[in-house]
Amino acid sequence: MTEAPAPPSAAEAPPRRGAARAWRRFRRRPMPMTGLVLVAGFLLLAIAGPLATGDPAAQDYAATLAPPSGAHPLGTDDLGRDALARVAHGAQVSLQAGVLSTLLAMAAGIPIGLVAGFYRRWLDPVVMRLVDVTLAFPFLVFAVGLAAIIGPSLKGVVLALGFSQLPAVIRITRGEVLSIREMDYVSAAVADGASDGYIMLRYVLPNCAAPLIVQATVAIPAAIIGEATLSFLGLGVQPPTPSWGVMLTTAQQYLDVAPWLAIWPGLMIALATLGFNLLGDGLRDVLDPRSGR
Amino acid sequence: MVWFILRRAGSAVIVLFLASVLIFLGIRALPGDPAVVMAGEDASPSLIEAIRRDYGLDKPLPAQYVDYLGQTLSGNLGRSTQDQLPVAGILAERLPVTLELSALALLVAIVVGVGAGIVAAVRRDRLPDYVATGFGLAGLSIPHFWLGLLGILLFAVTLRWLPASGYVPFTQDPGQNLQRMILPALVLGTGFAAILMRQTRSAMLGALSADYVRTARSKGLAEVKVVGAHALRNSLTTVVTVLGLQLGALISGAVVTEQIFVIPGFGKLTVDAVLTRNYPVIQAVVLITVIGYVLVNLLVDIAYAFLNPRIRLSGSGHD
Amino acid sequence: MSLLRITDLTVGFDTDDGLVQAVKGISLELAEGEILALCGESGCGKSVTAMSVPRLLPPETTRLSGSIELDGRELTELPESQLRRIRGKDVSVVFQEPMTSLNPSFTVGYQIAEVLRRHEGLSRRAARDRAVELLELVGIPLPARRVKEYPHQLSGGMRQRVMIAIAVACSPRVLIADEPTTALDVTIQAGVLDVFRDLRDRLGTAVILITHDLGVVADIADRAVVMYAGRAVEQAPVDELFARPRHPYTLGLMRALPSAAVNGRLAEIPGLVPSPLSDPDECAFHARCPRAQADCVLKRPELVRQADEHLAACFHPGGPS
Repeated sequence: MTEAPAPPSAAEAPPRRGAARAWRRFRRRPMPMTGLVLVAGFLLLAIAGPLATGDPAAQDYAATLAPPSGAHPLGTDDLGRDALARVAHGAQVSLQAGVLSTLLAMAAGIPIGLVAGFYRRWLDPVVMRLVDVTLAFPFLVFAVGLAAIIGPSLKGVVLALGFSQLPAVIRITRGEVLSIREMDYVSAAVADGASDGYIMLRYVLPNCAAPLIVQATVAIPAAIIGEATLSFLGLGVQPPTPSWGVMLTTAQQYLDVAPWLAIWPGLMIALATLGFNLLGDGLRDVLDPRSGR
Repeated sequence: MVWFILRRAGSAVIVLFLASVLIFLGIRALPGDPAVVMAGEDASPSLIEAIRRDYGLDKPLPAQYVDYLGQTLSGNLGRSTQDQLPVAGILAERLPVTLELSALALLVAIVVGVGAGIVAAVRRDRLPDYVATGFGLAGLSIPHFWLGLLGILLFAVTLRWLPASGYVPFTQDPGQNLQRMILPALVLGTGFAAILMRQTRSAMLGALSADYVRTARSKGLAEVKVVGAHALRNSLTTVVTVLGLQLGALISGAVVTEQIFVIPGFGKLTVDAVLTRNYPVIQAVVLITVIGYVLVNLLVDIAYAFLNPRIRLSGSGHD
Repeated sequence: MSLLRITDLTVGFDTDDGLVQAVKGISLELAEGEILALCGESGCGKSVTAMSVPRLLPPETTRLSGSIELDGRELTELPESQLRRIRGKDVSVVFQEPMTSLNPSFTVGYQIAEVLRRHEGLSRRAARDRAVELLELVGIPLPARRVKEYPHQLSGGMRQRVMIAIAVACSPRVLIADEPTTALDVTIQAGVLDVFRDLRDRLGTAVILITHDLGVVADIADRAVVMYAGRAVEQAPVDELFARPRHPYTLGLMRALPSAAVNGRLAEIPGLVPSPLSDPDECAFHARCPRAQADCVLKRPELVRQADEHLAACFHPGGPS
């Protein structure tokens, strides 16, 4: 080290290094990596699981409420259906509920948030009041109302979950618009005659990506639990569709003779949710330096 | 302060008005004759006629709404299609059960959640923090109803310490009542304790690194005083806000918990009403939930103002 | 004998990127009633040096060595409980940010009374009365009314005075003032400095004034230590320092003063401060120094006596060229 140049200080570091650095910080922490593995496992189970396991509706009357064995690794339920196949198909339902409701909330919430933030003088107050009113309804009220009107179903669950996530998406997007609009480079673009639409797509939307990804890691596990809860109550997915919530409803009736039936679906919900929560905490740490940890 | 509360109360009234309109329209959006919907599918023609008259269902919508509002405000919430009992009476019977469950669960959540949050923040990155953070993640990831099932499996089926389900009114036998409520309250409270713990921890971490805490330390104050007075006082607003935000989840959680432990409360009433398409009850239940929610949020806002001198003294909103 | 003696103080912090050395072997002395300025750019280690005295650095990540003696008593080895008796009583601090350094949830009076009740054992009532006197002492009008107010009801200048009232409440031996005027309007700055001068004259309080503003140094300090990249590069009585600055960095700072502006333009020192992660054996300032020569990168210059009471760490010291 004779003529070595001075190491670059933070100010000199090129912005490209931000993403690499974020990944390095992320990778070094055991908790977010555990989350990533759990989420990957959940996705694998939901996508490949149903193909690899048998028919979740096939009934084996010779083996009802059988404990775990070679033929049925997780045991069977009251109708002799294979718990493993049902857990795998249940993962698929969970994934659908989680992803579809989140996509629904994003598809509706991002445009509303963008427009509200952009036309803040006359549209913003109206939208934000509506958001407040929406927040005044507990999630279960939506779900109950929808179940009452269109009948209990996965569609109702996804609509209720998506609707309840909407306010958060609108708030995040609008918040980003309001702060991005004040940036010099956006003012410059406006001065150059860029259209509102162009500015939204070119500048605002990319900046919303990070907080919205973090929001998705909060919304998806909430939706997984929400779907299971509604289905458990009989307000969501209906039997014989193998939802984890439906499986637990059955399990409750046979708690004293077949306790294993209560273990698997609940454990799956807990692990999937834990995975998303750990991943979300990790992403928040590296993407949003203002947050707590 | 007075101005602030009045403004919050005003917006609460607006929310309630909008909610009542939505509920009113929701029932009428159902397919079929609203009078038949309200009376139940196998009601007698005379009953359907009585309901049509009571609610003025032959009048135009705005007039109907005025009638509905009048009936609701005078305490007439209709009759259950199951047993023709007045809905108001059913609610009066069911609500206290749920309030007791929620109050016990909140107690668990506040004691465990805030306590663990403070300890975790103070002992950051050490064993107590890891234990509390682990508890927080588990509490956040494990759904209430599964925890309930596990609780029954362990304490009622395996150990036989507690009854699996059922309810005894407090006025009838306080000991039996608490024995049956303790597990549901713990199950319901755990999830909220986890959320409160995480938020308290992060608020306390923020407060502990704040300049005014450094000032408090520079005064030579004991650490108990620095944490307990200076940092905690400023974290309480967060705790109160989180409590308010989690209220909807508490209501949902109570519904599920009552279902698992077969507690005849408001939540079980809700689920049973939806499953039997008991629309007068559904309508009342949704309305009561929204009223409760709005009222508690108003209380949270007022508590918030009390904790924050900036709002208390100036009367302006928080922005 | 000096009141405060810091010997070979080294302070580092554990970070994600490794150990960051903020202060690298600094030594200084402070006499009773003396106003000593610690100056330099942000990040030069001046605040860390001062905050080491009452040990107000995050204990988990701070790595500290060297000696800090107050009245001959070694502070670095004192347990936390004993240090708490010194903080706020013998050594007190006025922090940089008046807007955030007061607790928003308590009245000003409570926050002043707190330190009196802790160290002087005053009753609630007596402490409150004393708080009013202290507010008057630091020049706050209507102190009996202000004492009941919350920080957000006070202007920045008033909050800074409240901070000073807290710091001087127990008549400290050493007052550390960290950029006490930076966040304030120029018109208020002079008043705050007057409060310090007044305290020194009346109570014999010694003051460590941390600042990057040489104007403030010239106005109030008796002696100054100029720091660069964690080390003292020059140390002298203020009159001597301004008359004959030896270190090119000190000279650069002086040229950056508005009063020294040539043709209305401030001269800035080109280049960047070296990374605190590495510490090669060379003059840390050489890359930015107009006088740098080959020998500056071979060895680090030591702080040596240039004239009576005037020390500088430079191989090529001199006056203005």
